[in-house]
Amino acid sequence: MLNQKQAVLLERPAKTNDVLPSAPVKIQDTDTKTVGQVTVDKPIMTTRNVDVYYDDKQAIRNVSIDIAYNEVLSMIGPSGCGKSTFLRCLNRMNDTIESARVTGSIELEGHDIYDKKTDVVTLRARVGMVFQKPNPFPKSVYENVAYGPRIHGLARNQSELDEIVETSLRRAGLWDEVKDRLREPGTGLSGGQQQRLCIARCIAVNPDVILMDEPCSALDPIATARIEELIDELRQNYSIVIVTHSMQQAARVSQRTAYFHLGDLIEVGETSIIFTNPQHKLTEDYLTGRFG
Amino acid sequence: MTPTTADKIQAGLKKRYAAERRFRGYGLVSVTIGLAALLLLFVSIIGNGYSAFQQTFVKLDVQFDEAVIDPKGTRDPQSLARADYGQLIKKTMRELFPEVKNRRDKRKLYKLVSPGAVFILQDMVRKDPELIGTSQTVWVPADDDVDMLIKGYIDRDVPESARRLNDKEIAWIDALAATGSLEKRFNKIFFTAGDSREPELAGIWGAVVGSFYTLVVTLALSFPIGVAAAVYLQEFAPRNRWTDFIEVNINNLAAVPSIVFGLLGLSVFLNFMSLPRSAPLVGGLVLSLMTLPTVIIASRASLQSVPPSIREGALGMGASQMQMVAHHVLPLAMPGMLTGTIIGMARALGESAPLLMIGMVAFIVNVPEGPLDPSTVLPVQIYLWADTPERAFVERTSAATLVLLAFLVIMNGAAVWLRKRFEQRW
Repeated sequence: MLNQKQAVLLERPAKTNDVLPSAPVKIQDTDTKTVGQVTVDKPIMTTRNVDVYYDDKQAIRNVSIDIAYNEVLSMIGPSGCGKSTFLRCLNRMNDTIESARVTGSIELEGHDIYDKKTDVVTLRARVGMVFQKPNPFPKSVYENVAYGPRIHGLARNQSELDEIVETSLRRAGLWDEVKDRLREPGTGLSGGQQQRLCIARCIAVNPDVILMDEPCSALDPIATARIEELIDELRQNYSIVIVTHSMQQAARVSQRTAYFHLGDLIEVGETSIIFTNPQHKLTEDYLTGRFG
Repeated sequence: MTPTTADKIQAGLKKRYAAERRFRGYGLVSVTIGLAALLLLFVSIIGNGYSAFQQTFVKLDVQFDEAVIDPKGTRDPQSLARADYGQLIKKTMRELFPEVKNRRDKRKLYKLVSPGAVFILQDMVRKDPELIGTSQTVWVPADDDVDMLIKGYIDRDVPESARRLNDKEIAWIDALAATGSLEKRFNKIFFTAGDSREPELAGIWGAVVGSFYTLVVTLALSFPIGVAAAVYLQEFAPRNRWTDFIEVNINNLAAVPSIVFGLLGLSVFLNFMSLPRSAPLVGGLVLSLMTLPTVIIASRASLQSVPPSIREGALGMGASQMQMVAHHVLPLAMPGMLTGTIIGMARALGESAPLLMIGMVAFIVNVPEGPLDPSTVLPVQIYLWADTPERAFVERTSAATLVLLAFLVIMNGAAVWLRKRFEQRW
């Protein structure tokens, strides 16, 4: 399914890079071709020409972007721009929406995740997800974290399972707060704790990539700060793709940033460059608060 | 000066508040009417039925005459069972009223005691043959007419010819009552006996047991099948014309008059499959058909109310569809499913029409011992008694209705309790 368009697209970043220093003129907002550095040297995930349709309505158009190892990629853009839709393509959560249709190619370490041979259970174990609203299961804290290892058979015995639960909670920075209440319901924790519990639940199965869909939008600033710290720590071991409405958050936590606008991926690049010197007029307008 | 916005609001305010008050008034009136109807129902049923929980008994000093019970002196249980205990009662009654000589009057005198008294004596002797030759004081149920007179349901001022008891009988009853030989006692028979042609010997136990077996069969079939169907339709089935068609038809089935299910049961279970007539098994099958749509609809609604975030959380962890349903959705939906099932069961318990079609309306004296024995159920028993001419059955009809209502209240209470107990908040 590799076509010419794709080949052209792969070449393009080099071009734009050439143009970058000598082109202070912004690309106009009628042009929706992606600008900036789409590819990376050693990607863990590559997506090429991804289109998503809900029935006949096209939600995202021709999105191509790579995700590197041990990086935080943030996706920003106004509401309804398709960033969450795109995120949900990366672990096939869109499969649960009956009207959703995905075309193009999305590969995880060279294997097409939409291939018939790809098992969605394995995929989701490798590409975990943290949702906008903390959604711990109405079970105990322990059971929440132990659930993934249990269904995937990752622990041979109880002590191994205990260890996984403790490590995951420690990594999520929650252990000290919940070690005495592991048997209490996870839904009884505070909002920020619940979200960290969900992150612990996610890393308990040791995924390669963690997708976060506006993980802090339901949290207060202090809880948000904790999660952001956590994201930075988790980068040592995982690739993280985070959708956020807060530009400051994107600037704080991510190495690369992708800007989406009405279903198009407008611009991708190093976070520092995107925020200081966006090439596309739409990106600049959004970042300077002219809309969105 | 032009009116300001606040003035305009002020002008309309009175009207708005009046409308609000009126609406509240309508609501209050409707609730009052509803409560009044309920109150009327309860007053009438309890007023008619409470007296059935008591029954008039006659005290007899019975001489267990060996010459009558066991003339050969063998103490053989079979011949003891066949002995003429009626004679003992007749003799006792004659001794109580020695002045009665006329043959016709004597017959009337004997009839003051329930025919069931014979079996009471027989039972006493069977349990303890030592009684033979002794004299015992025995309380036996009085005839229903005596009971009705004592309870005041027979009007003494009505001309003798229009009364069920003539002047002589009333005089005997009064004499018995004056010596303390008549007494109203708790009506244990009503709760322990099966049906009978004699009101004083008729009880609801047979119907209660029949209802129990029927409901067990109904529950055993409709709950698992209903839940499985709901889970499949809600969680696994693709959305296409077929599932739409099935869904519409389940909703239609829930609205089908119950007697239609009775006809179906008659033609399929009895005529085609030759299952036994009047059996709780068939009743349960028919009621399952009737209850299934209710259970499926309630279960689906309950599944639907599980928030999508829980499903996404499970799927996002790499749980398969089946694991998501079994580990997360089903436990959360279970209280709702149980509530729906209990309400369906309560409806099945109160159902009579479809059971009439499969022969559960028969007059059955024995208490059923299994789901294949002929039996009747509580609502049908009520229907049968409501049809009988004896005055004493009127109060029993109401009393049986009270028992049925008590079961229904308990079941609905259990449903409410379950919902409150396991209600999940997210």
